[in-house]
Amino acid sequence: MYSRAYKAAVAVPPILWVALFLLLPYALMLAHSFWSVESGVIVHHWSLRNYVTLLRTSVYAEVLFRSAAIALGVTVLSVLLAFPLAYYLSFRAGLRKEVLYQLVIVPLWVSYLVRGYAWKTILGTEGVLNGFLRYLHLTGQPVEFFLYSPFAVVLTLTHIYTPFVFLPIYASMEHISRPLLDASADLGASPRVTFWRVILPLSVPGLTAGATFAFVLSFGDFLAPLLVGGPSGLMISNIVQNLFGAAYQWPLGAAISICMLALVVALLAAAERFERGFRH
Amino acid sequence: MAARPRSRWLAAVSAAVFAFLYLPIAVLVVYSFNREGVGGFPPGPLVLDWYRVLLGDSPLWDSVLNSLLVALAAVVISLALGLPAALALDRVAFPGKEAFRRLVLLPLVLPGIITGLSLLMLRVLAGIGAELWTVMLGHGTALMSVATTELFAGLQKMDRAQEEASLDLGANYWQTFWRVTLPNLRLPLVAAALLIFTLSMDEIAVTFFLIGRENTLPLEIWGRLRRGMTPEINAVSAVLFFASVALILLWYRLRTRGAAELETPLG
Repeated sequence: MYSRAYKAAVAVPPILWVALFLLLPYALMLAHSFWSVESGVIVHHWSLRNYVTLLRTSVYAEVLFRSAAIALGVTVLSVLLAFPLAYYLSFRAGLRKEVLYQLVIVPLWVSYLVRGYAWKTILGTEGVLNGFLRYLHLTGQPVEFFLYSPFAVVLTLTHIYTPFVFLPIYASMEHISRPLLDASADLGASPRVTFWRVILPLSVPGLTAGATFAFVLSFGDFLAPLLVGGPSGLMISNIVQNLFGAAYQWPLGAAISICMLALVVALLAAAERFERGFRH
Repeated sequence: MAARPRSRWLAAVSAAVFAFLYLPIAVLVVYSFNREGVGGFPPGPLVLDWYRVLLGDSPLWDSVLNSLLVALAAVVISLALGLPAALALDRVAFPGKEAFRRLVLLPLVLPGIITGLSLLMLRVLAGIGAELWTVMLGHGTALMSVATTELFAGLQKMDRAQEEASLDLGANYWQTFWRVTLPNLRLPLVAAALLIFTLSMDEIAVTFFLIGRENTLPLEIWGRLRRGMTPEINAVSAVLFFASVALILLWYRLRTRGAAELETPLG
């Protein structure tokens, strides 16, 4: 029912824009990863040298591994927090559901940087938590390991991503038709069995989406490590940022970025396949 | 039912999760009134000094203005691109459509630093300096994903018969777009605009690599954090927080009113 002119008018401008402002920049990133820096200038000699350097230098693998471990910790913790919350809201909260739902959303409106900053003021040696512990006479000396550790990064990122993980899980649960649960009960299943055999399997799409989201975003985060991570909590994005900044090693930084990009895209594809496979 | 004890257990866990979510926000707000600084316990005398400092802090307000300008531009750019993109995805078959869809969504799922650095490379290639408008283009491009997703969902829900009727009755595409398509997309348009606005106000990763001398608010705060922390940062955060909550409440009133209007189109 739409004319050729209509189709061209809606399709051409966004395609051109996306080609110029998304495809070209990502292609530039890929190209840089094969170039190199000679005497302070980026030269266009195509080689795999940067990727070889990545494989040979153990610190990159170490930080990459640490970033994945931190991201996994964040994912597990935020699922453990978000899942019971979503379950409670969807099945047990009754009339309070709407209000409680809004209460989960509100923290999302606090700037991400500000939430990281808030944890910094809580966890520091002169922070709120240390002050509180001393006030209760539980500690004499300020506890130093709260801040500037991988633990602080996991805590901060968990706080940031729990509502994001909650949303898709809750949406999945809200889509479960309630007569299905009555049917399960009528057929003699205990609430426990209904949970394991009906509710949990039907929550898998939301769980997959939420977990993937939390993993991918915390894996590539560079602010939380700078705010609360300290040297032992540095992540892969901090290395990239450094290579693009003071170190002026754009090609090597680009190679790491391409590896991150490949990892993220592979993970998303795997999640999509897992979810689709689960439905059949 | 026999599930009462489990309910109580669940309610307790949920309360704990809420406490975890709100603890940092509560701390932030309380310590914005603390004369002695951002840490320690119990908080000392509570005063309004830091809000007074904030009021007279013109570099900070300049950055707020910059952020508002960038966010407005981001809303305009991403809606202007996201709307045709959503229409194209909904009703045009073209080669590479699936690739296009994935590419548009990429900035939403990729770590922000990768999109930021890629755009930095484009800027350097084009030989353009870092300015506020480069940040606007960057935000508009990255957040086009949000506009496209929201509007595409809106189009999928829309009743196509209304457009067909309009065309059958002699309206051209342009009239149909303005009189039928766009009014039907009112709610997703407002929702997308609000979401893009807030995401842009909070954006750091892309901004970081495109910004010149004029800071946006998050980068201004970021710069100050490196110099030392004062409750003034708590104060500006608290103001932002309450402004956001006011904005959500406003949006809810609009939405409930919009929904009521939609239910009684002739009333």
